[in-house]
Amino acid sequence: MPVRLYLNNVGKSFTMHLQGGTIIPVVDKVEFSVNTGECVVLGGPSGAGKSSILKMIYGNYRCDQGQILVTIDDEIINVADAEPRKVLQLREDTIGYVSQFLRTIPRVSAEDVVAEPLIAQGESEDNAVKKARSLLARLNVPERLWTLPPATFSGGEQQRVNIARGFIAHYPILLLDEPTASLDAANRAVVVRLVQEKKEQGVAMVGILHDQDVREEIADRIIDVTAFAADAAA
Amino acid sequence: MNTIQSDEPLLQVHNVTRYYGDRVGCLDVSFDLWPGEVLAIVGESGSGKTTLLNCLSTRLAPTAGAIEYRMRDGAMRNLYQLTEAERRLLMRTDWGFVHQNAADGLRMNVSAGANVGERLMAVGQRHYGNIRSTADDWLGRVEIESDRIDDDPRSFSGGMRQRLQIARNLVTHPRLVFMDEPTGGLDVSVQARLLDLLRRLVSDLGLSVVIVTHDLAVARLLSHRIMVMRQGYVIEAGLTDQVLDDPREPYSQLLVSSILQV
Repeated sequence: MPVRLYLNNVGKSFTMHLQGGTIIPVVDKVEFSVNTGECVVLGGPSGAGKSSILKMIYGNYRCDQGQILVTIDDEIINVADAEPRKVLQLREDTIGYVSQFLRTIPRVSAEDVVAEPLIAQGESEDNAVKKARSLLARLNVPERLWTLPPATFSGGEQQRVNIARGFIAHYPILLLDEPTASLDAANRAVVVRLVQEKKEQGVAMVGILHDQDVREEIADRIIDVTAFAADAAA
Repeated sequence: MNTIQSDEPLLQVHNVTRYYGDRVGCLDVSFDLWPGEVLAIVGESGSGKTTLLNCLSTRLAPTAGAIEYRMRDGAMRNLYQLTEAERRLLMRTDWGFVHQNAADGLRMNVSAGANVGERLMAVGQRHYGNIRSTADDWLGRVEIESDRIDDDPRSFSGGMRQRLQIARNLVTHPRLVFMDEPTGGLDVSVQARLLDLLRRLVSDLGLSVVIVTHDLAVARLLSHRIMVMRQGYVIEAGLTDQVLDDPREPYSQLLVSSILQV
């Protein structure tokens, strides 16, 4: 299985200028790779830097040190020093992100929120909305909610809209930031099946998952992030 | 927000500087703007963001520096070396400018339909029926009812005036639109509607936009990229969500941490 994603000597700290320039080390010398069709789960207690690693891969946080290499066909792109427009292009066609919280857009219906990434990849609006509806149905979001903006939905409903949005399009790399955090057992099982399907399509996934049962079912490997603790390296 | 596949920038800004006598407007600003890209300029009052916008839009000549624009024929031209006729044609057809105060961008004593139709006549359309139907179509796209087409904008609410100003600007299918605090001074609910409308139009039409705002929520919703200005300088620039979620400079951190959480 070819390597899709490779983090090489990645380091990150925050400088808090409003707190007298306090430097908060996050991670240091992060090194791991993810193959196509593989799901790697980041382990370790809160504050170990799991989310920061995912956000660096997505280009949402800056990477102070090292390289984040994405291999697509014959091209290798280093997210850590890619230009903003390159990162935006990667987010459109290469790297998907399922976050914990839905950033709602006023007046856009749930099915359109879900369909949007697929339309951005060039799918027709009809087909994208059709696929959005089938995903929302699989995730047990009640049909009467589909045409409403998700701002007023419950936390669990919003999260399922967000999962549908994250899984609808094909991205060679998919980042999962606690996608099952507030879901019931039935919906957790749906997410497990969605992840299995992505694996079969060769998607490389990096996840943060606190549910023991979900983790055991989908993780091919668990990487202990405390090994990359920034203060341990000093 | 769809991204940008073109390999050639639409606008190239080189070391633009503007002084007002001894006082600094903006200093040494350089960047490229790509087709379909929305760039937000943020910073507090007096940071130079409006000065920069006015320099870019040829409303205020810079003291130093150069600004190049890719004309419709594909050639890069220095904006301050265009003839007056070329510059006016550009502003009437290929560019839009959305003012904070809609009255600055509208003709308040002619009808809504004429406000939109005027830009069409400026690009040579003469058929009254076509002009009126295009104007009516654009009023619909900015959610103004057809039966208001003959009313003048003095009778419109603030939010409607702003939407009319947007229709007036977009009717000629410009490639580049400058916006100066387009949601400033509007009620929050009116702002949300306008933002959603702008977001859709920008994405559907593939517009390039330079938007000045002090509202980071507006920048986050609309822009791909952000430049933070302070005391005339661009102190930090990058992907919008990266700068807002992981600000590096002390002043950017202060800006982000000053947002009230609702």
